[in-house]
Amino acid sequence: MSDAATTLGQTPPRPLLQRVDLRAAGPFLALVALAILGTIINSDFLEAGNLTNVVTRSAFIGMIAVGGTFVITAGGNDLSVGSMAAIVSGIMIVLMNWLAQEIGPTPWVVVIVIFAGLALGGLAGLLNGLVITLGKMEPFIVTLGFMGIYRSVLTYIANGGTLTLSGTMRTLYRPVFYDGALGIPYPVWVLAFVVALGAVVLYTTRFGRYCFAIGSNEEVARYSGIALNRVKTWTYILQGACVGVACDIYVPRLGSASSTSGLGWELEAITAVIVGGTALKGGYGRIGGSIVGALILTVIGNIMNLSSDVSVYLNGAVQGAIIIAAVFLQRGVGFKR
Amino acid sequence: MADGTTGADAVLSVRGVSKSFGPVEVLHDVSLDLRAGEVHALVGENGAGKSTLTKIMSGYHPPSAGQVLLDGQPVALASGVDGERHGIVLLHQEFNLAEDLTIEESIFLGREWRRGPFLDKRRMRAHAAKLLADLHCRIPPTARIRSLSVSQKQMVEIAKATDHRARVLMMDEPTSVLTQDETDILFGLVAQLKRNGVALVFISHKLDEVKRIADRITVLRDGHLVATRPAAELGQDEIAQLMVGRPLHDLYPPKQPPAADAELLLTVHALGVPGRVFDAGFALRRGEILGFAGLIGAGRTELMEAIAGLRRREGGSVAAGAHRLAYLTEDRKAKGLLLQFPSRPNLTLSTLASFTRGPFISVPAEDAALDKAIKAFDLRIGSRDMQVGALSGGNQQKLLFAKVMETQPDIVIVDEPTRGVDIGTKQQIYHFIARLAAAGKGVIVVSSEMPELIGLCHRVLVMREGRIAGELAGESLNEEEIVRYATGLKGAA
Ligand SMILES: Nc1ncnc2c1ncn2[C@@H]1O[C@H](COP(=O)(O)OP(=O)(O)OP(=O)(O)O)[C@@H](O)[C@H]1O
Ligand SMILES: [Mg+2]
Repeated sequence: MSDAATTLGQTPPRPLLQRVDLRAAGPFLALVALAILGTIINSDFLEAGNLTNVVTRSAFIGMIAVGGTFVITAGGNDLSVGSMAAIVSGIMIVLMNWLAQEIGPTPWVVVIVIFAGLALGGLAGLLNGLVITLGKMEPFIVTLGFMGIYRSVLTYIANGGTLTLSGTMRTLYRPVFYDGALGIPYPVWVLAFVVALGAVVLYTTRFGRYCFAIGSNEEVARYSGIALNRVKTWTYILQGACVGVACDIYVPRLGSASSTSGLGWELEAITAVIVGGTALKGGYGRIGGSIVGALILTVIGNIMNLSSDVSVYLNGAVQGAIIIAAVFLQRGVGFKR
Repeated sequence: MADGTTGADAVLSVRGVSKSFGPVEVLHDVSLDLRAGEVHALVGENGAGKSTLTKIMSGYHPPSAGQVLLDGQPVALASGVDGERHGIVLLHQEFNLAEDLTIEESIFLGREWRRGPFLDKRRMRAHAAKLLADLHCRIPPTARIRSLSVSQKQMVEIAKATDHRARVLMMDEPTSVLTQDETDILFGLVAQLKRNGVALVFISHKLDEVKRIADRITVLRDGHLVATRPAAELGQDEIAQLMVGRPLHDLYPPKQPPAADAELLLTVHALGVPGRVFDAGFALRRGEILGFAGLIGAGRTELMEAIAGLRRREGGSVAAGAHRLAYLTEDRKAKGLLLQFPSRPNLTLSTLASFTRGPFISVPAEDAALDKAIKAFDLRIGSRDMQVGALSGGNQQKLLFAKVMETQPDIVIVDEPTRGVDIGTKQQIYHFIARLAAAGKGVIVVSSEMPELIGLCHRVLVMREGRIAGELAGESLNEEEIVRYATGLKGAA
């Protein structure tokens, strides 16, 4: 990934080469260190089963973090992704049950709904993006608003309870999360695909370059003739589409959606992005880092489950400490004295 | 090797100072003395090391070798703040103001006056107002930095720096963004500081100014000190020659005005910008170099930004046909360049579409463009991955020029095109502009440097308080006439 970043021509701020590498490699090193720690605590950690489990669990946050990398690199922020996941999942379930009734429970229904999930996510992102850019409002506030709206609409649709897939559809859709190919679960394949695509778009296309430019200095971007609103809106659409894909593999996992679906995902996704080295203030983004960030979060939880010394209840505290440490390290490299 | 030492009564000196950034040595064995009550000018080409030397003398950079002496005693300045504690103040070439603060907050940043636990806002505001008044600056101390023009920002920096009661005050290109009037005000202040026994360093690419206020002049070339002489002994031509290392002829290219019936490229009619520009109209012909003169706040930049579609306009019309128009901003730090990025993505930012193969950016194509720009504009960017923010000021300006020219415009509006550019490069830019015009483009030059407008332009419009007050060409194009229109002695206001 670091090669891709250099081709982009993005050198992280100042000054020594070693530090540049450190910033890019930092999250990877942290992950390796955690893995070693995990193995010391419990030798089961490196078992293939456990590792697959870790990556599969990271898939939702990982995918959302890929979209988040675009939004944050371009100087924005999206707090609505958790609620968006809930409402997209809810609508997918309703749609799937309805289609199963109308045209019968065939695999085609699954295919249609998978694309519907993608489209719904993209649409919700478009809504976020348009309100932010046309309304000239702070992304933080707008997406905070949508965070409330999406979740409460889902609660309304579910009538305060839980939306559940009908039995036959559940059976048809289930393999998408639980099965795999070549010994690797589908969610991991999908994650790998999303990451690769995200990296290509961010590092090698005009759109990606514009994201960096806008996040780095909006005025300069404007004076360079970049269509700010269009590029920014697209980052939110991408973010929404990533949420849609996450829902595509989230729905078959539990087969249900309720008002607590995706709760707190926005913070986990932002944490993954920032821990991965993307600058919260924009202008510098790393797709590979974001995935590593998501893995780090899962690994911490995993290690705490495997070890008997630290209570799992402290999981949040450890994650919090990691975020602060990550941002502190960034700060050290990011500013001249 | 020449050096700038005098032996006696130096306030601040450097001895054998060298400085390297990584493998690149940018200062080599420089020795220099600053004396109380003396203005010491530092001149040299872009990237010669002037800014770096002042940063070392004020504690922002440690030297790689050599010593800094204060009152003859070696000091190790740990930081710029440490330097200020020793009475050494540097007015940076780059703005260091936080855009969202007010003027008074900026001036007192980090040394706020307090009464008990509370900020003494009233006293700070009064003091800030007085500092601004001393500089004849009619802006309220409560104005936000963001809302100021570059020259006003510079005046705030000057107010801030002079409020430190410095023993040594170093000013890195303070006048590059100032107009004649503001420069005069600054020089008045300098004279006063001199009488108070302050040792001053003055950096400028405007050699007439250097001649006007310097007592001694030090010339740097490629990090070496070439000469330190009393100002009286050096003429402007000699200075230029020492800087560039070769004699410098024909600063301005010969003028080739367009034919009176040349095609109109751009017609602006009754254009307004709310509160800034009123009823502006003019036309630009193929092959013409049209100048815009005026005092700061006259509305020149606002007019050009409105024409370029970067600012909302009110009424009027801009007719450019199918001609491509490009605007080079006067504010390269805030609007021109992405300072944390290297040169390549900056160069291609506004023309990225022409550097794509399918959906992907072609880095080799970008690199080729950078190679060309390096040659065409004599860019000295050191290593290619160096952030643009670390380039010398003049090289940033040249890169910005190259970026704008990437769009291959038919109409080029350049706002302060030679800001912070050394005399040799100025000559290159002037000749470049003349070649553009000769090739059938139309060029608009907005500048606060009257000699530049007079030497380069075929025709000059003078703006005053948002209106075009007069038009000068041929014989009548001279400084006196420009000043008359600009100040309202002549022409309808
Ligand atoms: N932080 C830095 N890292 C790497 N190189 C640097 C850094 N700061 C300055 N340089 C290099 O040092 C050289 C001298 O720069 P300096 O800013 O001192 O030039 P200058 O004489 O002030 O030029 P100008 O007239 O254009 O302002 C330049 O080649 C510049 O690119
Ligand atoms: Mg300089």
